[in-house]
Amino acid sequence: MFSRAYRAAITVPPVLWVTIFLVGSYALLFCYSFWTVSSGQTIVHSWTLDNYRELLRVDVYLQTLFRSMGIAARVMIFSLLLGYPLAYYLSFHAGNRKDLLYQLVIIPLWVSYLVRAYAWKTILGSDGVLNTLLQYLHLTKHPLEFLLYSPFAVVLTLTHIYTPFAFLPIYASLEHIPRNLVEASHDLGASPFQTFWRVIFPLSIPGVLAGATFAFVLSLGDFLAPLLLGGPSGIMISNIVVSLFGAAYNWPLGAAISFCMLGLVVGLLFLSERLEKKWSFR
Amino acid sequence: MVATTNEVSVATGVKGTTTLLDIRNVAKSFGPNPVLRDISLQIAEGEFLTILGESGSGKTTLLRIIAGFESADAGEIWMAGERLDRQPPYRRRVNTVFQHYALFPHLTVAENVGYGLRVAKVAKDEIAARVEQALAMVKMAAFAQSKPAKISGGQQQRIALARALVNRPRLLLLDEPLSALDANLRRQMQVELKSLQREVGIAFVFVTHDQEEAMVMSDRIALLRLGELEQVASPREIYSRPATAYTAQFIGHTNLLRGEIKDGIARCSGLSWRTGFRDGPALFSLRPENIRLANAATASGVVRLRGKISRQAFHGATELLQLECAEGLMVSVRTATRENWQGELELEFSPADAVPVRESEERH
Amino acid sequence: MSACHRDFRASGWLPWHAVAVFAFLYLPIVTLIVYSFNGQGVGGFPPRNLTLDWYRMLFADDAIWQSVLNSLLVAVAAVTIALAFGIPAALALDRANFPGKAVFRRLVLLPLILPGIITGLSLLMLFREADVKLSLVTIILGHGTALISVATTEVFAGLQKLDRAQEEASLDLGANYWQTFWRVTIPNLRLSIIGAALLIFTLSMDEIAVSFFLIGRDNTLPLEIWGRLRRGITPEINAISSIIFVFSLVVIVIWYRLRVREGQPEIAAELGP
Repeated sequence: MFSRAYRAAITVPPVLWVTIFLVGSYALLFCYSFWTVSSGQTIVHSWTLDNYRELLRVDVYLQTLFRSMGIAARVMIFSLLLGYPLAYYLSFHAGNRKDLLYQLVIIPLWVSYLVRAYAWKTILGSDGVLNTLLQYLHLTKHPLEFLLYSPFAVVLTLTHIYTPFAFLPIYASLEHIPRNLVEASHDLGASPFQTFWRVIFPLSIPGVLAGATFAFVLSLGDFLAPLLLGGPSGIMISNIVVSLFGAAYNWPLGAAISFCMLGLVVGLLFLSERLEKKWSFR
Repeated sequence: MVATTNEVSVATGVKGTTTLLDIRNVAKSFGPNPVLRDISLQIAEGEFLTILGESGSGKTTLLRIIAGFESADAGEIWMAGERLDRQPPYRRRVNTVFQHYALFPHLTVAENVGYGLRVAKVAKDEIAARVEQALAMVKMAAFAQSKPAKISGGQQQRIALARALVNRPRLLLLDEPLSALDANLRRQMQVELKSLQREVGIAFVFVTHDQEEAMVMSDRIALLRLGELEQVASPREIYSRPATAYTAQFIGHTNLLRGEIKDGIARCSGLSWRTGFRDGPALFSLRPENIRLANAATASGVVRLRGKISRQAFHGATELLQLECAEGLMVSVRTATRENWQGELELEFSPADAVPVRESEERH
Repeated sequence: MSACHRDFRASGWLPWHAVAVFAFLYLPIVTLIVYSFNGQGVGGFPPRNLTLDWYRMLFADDAIWQSVLNSLLVAVAAVTIALAFGIPAALALDRANFPGKAVFRRLVLLPLILPGIITGLSLLMLFREADVKLSLVTIILGHGTALISVATTEVFAGLQKLDRAQEEASLDLGANYWQTFWRVTIPNLRLSIIGAALLIFTLSMDEIAVSFFLIGRDNTLPLEIWGRLRRGITPEINAISSIIFVFSLVVIVIWYRLRVREGQPEIAAELGP
């Protein structure tokens, strides 16, 4: 139905833009990861595997990567634990308050990420809201120091930020479940729990996978929450990249780490897409 | 070139009229699946032609190729001496009434009807006048300022018709326009549509899967099966002289008798009659209403058969009986209604009503 | 249905879980707003000496307002770029076949899920190699590139609901492709486009990971806030955040009203599977 000119007009501009700015820049990231920096602080455009060797040689890179993955995994699990029952409650039992409650989950997304991280900082600090509240109630005598500048603070903040992200796809997949399946299951004698476990949960797995991927991938690459709330023990892999691009001035090494992250993320996305396909029956 | 074309068209078109649309050897596949194979069809000025077929027969694809939404893989389409199939849809003087009407939800009824005139940059007052006239024609003038979502299905149907006709197309395509309406409204619209077509005198190509609708409305029916034209003829002819077994079964109800012709005698399951057709294996279509209860007065020139009633179905005005005859032959017979048909019946039919038909090829 | 509702309610913990999650989601936001009126500064329970001082200080703070203007400029430009390329991208994914389409689809959507740092860094290197000086323009290009994904997903979802016969009817009635695009395609996609624009605008206003690397001399609001946070925390930040929050809330309400009025109360879950 659409002429060749029409199809060219809608295809060429976005493809060009994406090729220049996305393919171009990711390709450049790849190239940089094989270049080096001279002692005179200029980029040397000669090809070498030194950066990748460095990553394997110095323990701190892999350690930090594993710590970041640990933090991201915890954020993912907590977001799902908070998000799934909430999505289930909204989709199946919230009745006519469903739309309102849905909006209430979305609204925090409209508050700046940075501002919410900052708010947690004002809550968790040693003279922050929580500590002064505990002392006011005479529950503690001294401020609890572990609250801020710790992996705990990072996980808490990132969970706060990514719970709505985990919630959304789960909610969407639950909403797509035809309600007569639930009725059919009851009709065939399944208890509410059996119905949930044998019908609803399996059909919501694509949403769970999408939500889990979002939470894991986005928190893996986060560098602002660790900088604000993490302290030395909460440093994540992206913080190393940021310092390599800043004060440490070693772009190629930073590019190598980033490229590894890119590979990891693309691999995860691929895996999650495969699994989602396997679990979607439409 | 143009002159020859016209000659050819006139020669192959409907007798005594001018050919408007000439479809020549059109073929189309979607991927590996052929949906249309070598379709050739002429449509005359002012004709009401129905393309009839089951779903998957390719009827909608053929319509979309004429409208320009799909392009044919092979073949040509000519309209009044001009090559049509290379024109984009918006340059064709062909308009379509879509299956679900496709009224623009963001425009009012009047704006919908005036759309074609507006994009053709017709002067404002002329648009207003023609829109008004078109709405009056379909008796929808009172709804000019409504949004499509606010009017009923039957009303939307009229608007879709007005929106197409206001552009004075040479040919109007209708893609199952009545399928979304309920039965009563549907019959009423069939009558209105037919009289509207007479009134405006524009050729209509009407696509449907409903054979009754096709019979009621059309000048000619083109029966499409698995992407090929099975038969093109007037409703009366296609009913009384079906060319193939498929046609006979698809249009109306029939008995298919398989047998052989030898030396001018047709023999089927113990029955025999004289026939003028060529020797060889043969297949006959015999309509249930052409089989009567045997009458002593018409002893000669008819074929007699006996059968035991095995099933009875009440059809309102008539009764359809299923009879088991000799040699396992099963025939359907249409009779006057009676509460309880039972036992054996003596029946007869005239040989002229047994119409020899071609076997329909099996595909897929 | 109501019968099985009751069955589940008996187990009872779900509503309490929901309450707890909402408390968790809103605790920081409420704290933020409450302490923007706290005379004692950030922290310290209970809040004391309600005051508007922080708002007064904020309104006198030229650097903040300059950054707000910069952010608005960036957001408007990013919306323009993202829509200008995202709408055709969605159309292309819907109705054109070209080599590499599957790769293109994944690439367009990648910045939506990729940590911002990777896109930010990669673009930084691109601009450096192309000798482009970092400024608001580079931020605009960065935001535009990253947010095309949002425009594409939203508009693509809208296209799935658009009846193809609408456009065929327009062509059939004599409108060419260009006329059809403006008179039928765009009006039918109106809600998706407005939704995408609002979402892109807010995301751009809040964006920091990409901007962090592409910033020149002029700060956007999040970067200005970031700079101040590093120096120490001040209730002025609570004040500006509260204002932005109220502003976003107004936008959401307007958007929601618009959707309901158009008879489409269901909200497309942008991030749905």
